[in-house]
Amino acid sequence: MSVHSYSDRPRVVPLRQKLAEINWTLVAMITLIACAGFAMLYSAAGGSFSPWADRQMARFFVGFFILVAVACVDLRVWMGLAYPAYVFSLLLLVAVEVAGRVGLGAQRWIEFGPLALQPSELMKIALVLALARYLHGLEPGQISRPFRLLVPVVMIAAPVVLVLMQPNLGTATLLALCGALLLFLAGLSWYWIAPTAGAIAVAIPMVWEFALHDYQKARVMTFLNPDTDALGAGWNITQAKIAIGSGGIIGKGFLMGTQSRLNFLPEKETDFIFTMIGEEFGFLGTMALLALFVTVIYYGIGIAMRSRSQFGRLLAMGITVNFFLYIMINGLMVMGLIPVVGIPMPLISYGGTAMMTVMFGFGLLMSAHVHRRIEVPRHSSGMI
Amino acid sequence: MALEGKHKSRYAGFSRRTLLLSGGMTAVFGVLAARLYQLQILDGDRYLTEAEENRISLRLLAPQRGRILDRFGVPLANSRRNYRVLLIPEQTRRGVGPALDALGQVIALDDRTRARVLKEAGGNKPFMPIVVAENLSWDDFARLNLDLPYLPGVQPDVGETRGYPYTEELSHVLGYVAAVSPEDKAKNDSGDPLLDLPGFRIGKRGVEKTFDKEIRGQAGANRVEVNAYGRVIRELEREPGHSGEDVYLTIDQELQSFLYDRLKDESAGAAVMDVETGDLLALVSTPGFDPNAFNVGVTLAQWKALTENDHKPLINKPLAGFYPPGSTFKTVTALGALDAGVITPDTVFNCSGQFTLGAHAFHCWKKGGHGSINLRQGLKVSCDCFFYQVALKLGIDGLQAAARRLGLGAPTGIEIPGERAGFIPDRAWKQKTFKEPWQLGETLVAGIGQGYILATPLQLCVLAARIAGGKKVSPSLVHSLGAEKRPRAPVEPLDFSDDSLEAVRQAMIAVANEPGGTAYGWRITDPAFAMAGKTGTAQVRVISAEERASGIRSNESLPWKLRDHGIFIAFAPTDKPRYACAVLIEHGGLNAHPQVQLARDALLLAQKRDILGRPPAYPVNSADASL
Repeated sequence: MSVHSYSDRPRVVPLRQKLAEINWTLVAMITLIACAGFAMLYSAAGGSFSPWADRQMARFFVGFFILVAVACVDLRVWMGLAYPAYVFSLLLLVAVEVAGRVGLGAQRWIEFGPLALQPSELMKIALVLALARYLHGLEPGQISRPFRLLVPVVMIAAPVVLVLMQPNLGTATLLALCGALLLFLAGLSWYWIAPTAGAIAVAIPMVWEFALHDYQKARVMTFLNPDTDALGAGWNITQAKIAIGSGGIIGKGFLMGTQSRLNFLPEKETDFIFTMIGEEFGFLGTMALLALFVTVIYYGIGIAMRSRSQFGRLLAMGITVNFFLYIMINGLMVMGLIPVVGIPMPLISYGGTAMMTVMFGFGLLMSAHVHRRIEVPRHSSGMI
Repeated sequence: MALEGKHKSRYAGFSRRTLLLSGGMTAVFGVLAARLYQLQILDGDRYLTEAEENRISLRLLAPQRGRILDRFGVPLANSRRNYRVLLIPEQTRRGVGPALDALGQVIALDDRTRARVLKEAGGNKPFMPIVVAENLSWDDFARLNLDLPYLPGVQPDVGETRGYPYTEELSHVLGYVAAVSPEDKAKNDSGDPLLDLPGFRIGKRGVEKTFDKEIRGQAGANRVEVNAYGRVIRELEREPGHSGEDVYLTIDQELQSFLYDRLKDESAGAAVMDVETGDLLALVSTPGFDPNAFNVGVTLAQWKALTENDHKPLINKPLAGFYPPGSTFKTVTALGALDAGVITPDTVFNCSGQFTLGAHAFHCWKKGGHGSINLRQGLKVSCDCFFYQVALKLGIDGLQAAARRLGLGAPTGIEIPGERAGFIPDRAWKQKTFKEPWQLGETLVAGIGQGYILATPLQLCVLAARIAGGKKVSPSLVHSLGAEKRPRAPVEPLDFSDDSLEAVRQAMIAVANEPGGTAYGWRITDPAFAMAGKTGTAQVRVISAEERASGIRSNESLPWKLRDHGIFIAFAPTDKPRYACAVLIEHGGLNAHPQVQLARDALLLAQKRDILGRPPAYPVNSADASL
């Protein structure tokens, strides 16, 4: 009975208290990681704040306030915004397909006046929100019923297909994996999981044959044997491995990386920035960074575990898993363990949209933390 | 309560799954850490080496090729600046074809160049620069440097190119330099890295080839740090290398040019030599070719013109052309017979116009005959019958031995490649080749320098020099490499008696100074410069009995190819010989005796210029100079 008394009426928490509730340790660690990124961007420019480090710092500054602002907004507001945000992102993805301009050989950007927006980045957040909301509304076990399952599968599949058409294999993979892991966390029966995993294993050769673009196949082939084309498509992988490996245990020192300074590293300020850390700070540097990442992820898991609402739990885990997938794909890619796909290292790689979405995501994570005690009814449509 | 339970079970399920996922994530981080451990700690040293190889590039510095100078220091081959443009395939952003298109906007590129560069780009390693164009004008070169930021992979370069100011005149002596062929690379025993340098030239002929290693010099190198585009960031270390040695020839450019100019429309070979040392003052082959063209690369049309010319410009005639020496060989027959004691200067033979041996008649060139004459008379008028009889007395064994002692039948050992040995027959060769014994008639024919005997103009010059100076000289045309004199074996006296030599010399003086001598009409009238000599013609056709009966056709009336070769050997001055000379003009045996006129003028020029009396410009130290 007492259960109902506080779940019927939203508990309004003063802003000051919300600010105090924010996990500042986590914010500090995020800032620390971002600072490592600034340092590497400073080094990548040959010891200069322009053109990358200064702009990245400004973005982080903005992102910082976004994080705090998002954290202070009630979780139920986000729940109410989940579906509209998803639909909006999906429409943008369609728009990019229709009207987007060609950037880097793939349609990934859409222009809002002076702002170039990547709808696929927005979708990473929107998909987590929408899935969390849908799964929040299900009874335990309902998720494994075919018609209940069909909805989230379509919700995942629609953006994945659109992103694949751009074509952007990296982001599509990330969206698909993130969605699948949320279904897993929501309690999807092993009777679904096992056959699906088997089917995917069977489907991979067919996808290779019929669905992949030539450049995507080339990336895979080059990845499998980079030395055969060491000066063409294999260049990225070969040079990235040389950069990381040549750092040794303690690295060549800040601003002393020859691979980056002499431009042997392709896209060193974006996707391949981790190799610079490896080159200039060595094994100690890369391990320190991985330790920071791991800590942030465990904080995220902790927030999810302490959240009272299923929405908060799934939202927190969705953001955390998303962050983890970024790190995993980028890390495996620059170390030559998977093919080169365009996924940046979160908080570190230079890039505006990615920084904003990551900080927005952390804002949602923090909102789940700040509002962890809030009980959200299964059929509530949020506060809007 | 039921709701609470559901909550609890949902939470428990979520926790379980989250725990599982955390395990999975931890495993992934473990993989990342393990991979980093492998890359940075296990293989760190290897990757560090690779990073260093990436960044440090060893660039060869081509040494300056040494000059070739004549005895008075006149440069005959030198090096001048060559503005050129290179293309490094791996540094082009969109491949070689588009890079050439872009380059074609700046400088003119024809289809032939395009095809060549594309072919080379296909066969070479992608980081080896390819020479696209050479000898650019300064304007083109400056424009290219201006547009460089828009031409990735294009590299302007200041090289050097070989120049031969006297073009055809010295072409066969100097040879030429040209691009390194795959065969050259295969033969590169010393492993000289210069041969892999783009556009590097090596000596392919003549002095350029023989002394290529010395003239080439030693490669320097600089270790530079380069960025990914190959741009040099800074120099780390420099080893300058050594320039090639200058080569001093014994040739006198002025005499050489004089001879070439007079012979340039003929197919001819000529040589002028110091009778004391064997130093060549001129070595001429006409027509020549332009060695500068080979340096740049001859066009197909140029090559066809050179190979299809019936005057054969690519054959070095004084060394590689071999001809029957004709009557000039009578000096050998005379010397051999005198030295063997089978005749004396006073021995007299009769000439009735023909000499009969068995059933065979051997004709003298003079139909009515010369009557009874001695050696001096016989050589002066070049009587065939006289020398048939001398040869018969001497025999083929004595004759061939004398010829060999005078330097015939074997290469002279001159420094430049391509020399032929000529040919002196003997009994053993005849038996082996024809399975027949030597015939007496063949001795007669050999005695007047016809039949099997073949000699090069250079050998005939050596013959003249040995008779004139009485020394066993061998020809040489390279005096010193850098500051070092080329070692030469000391010149030994010729193993013929002084009396025999003097008798032949006197007869040769008569040829060119006494009325009735075959060269009297073209003598040097100033007694201080007077020359001695011996004329010769070599038939290139068979004269039939009918023609002999009705009168032999004059050379002037015959087509060029059927005319006799005109030969003249000479020395001067007569009292104390210093210069020897041989001139051979193919199909030039005309009544005007152009070969005699030329030898006369050359010997006169040499003496008036006092080539051997003037101090040469050789950079040898005084101790060597006194030798």
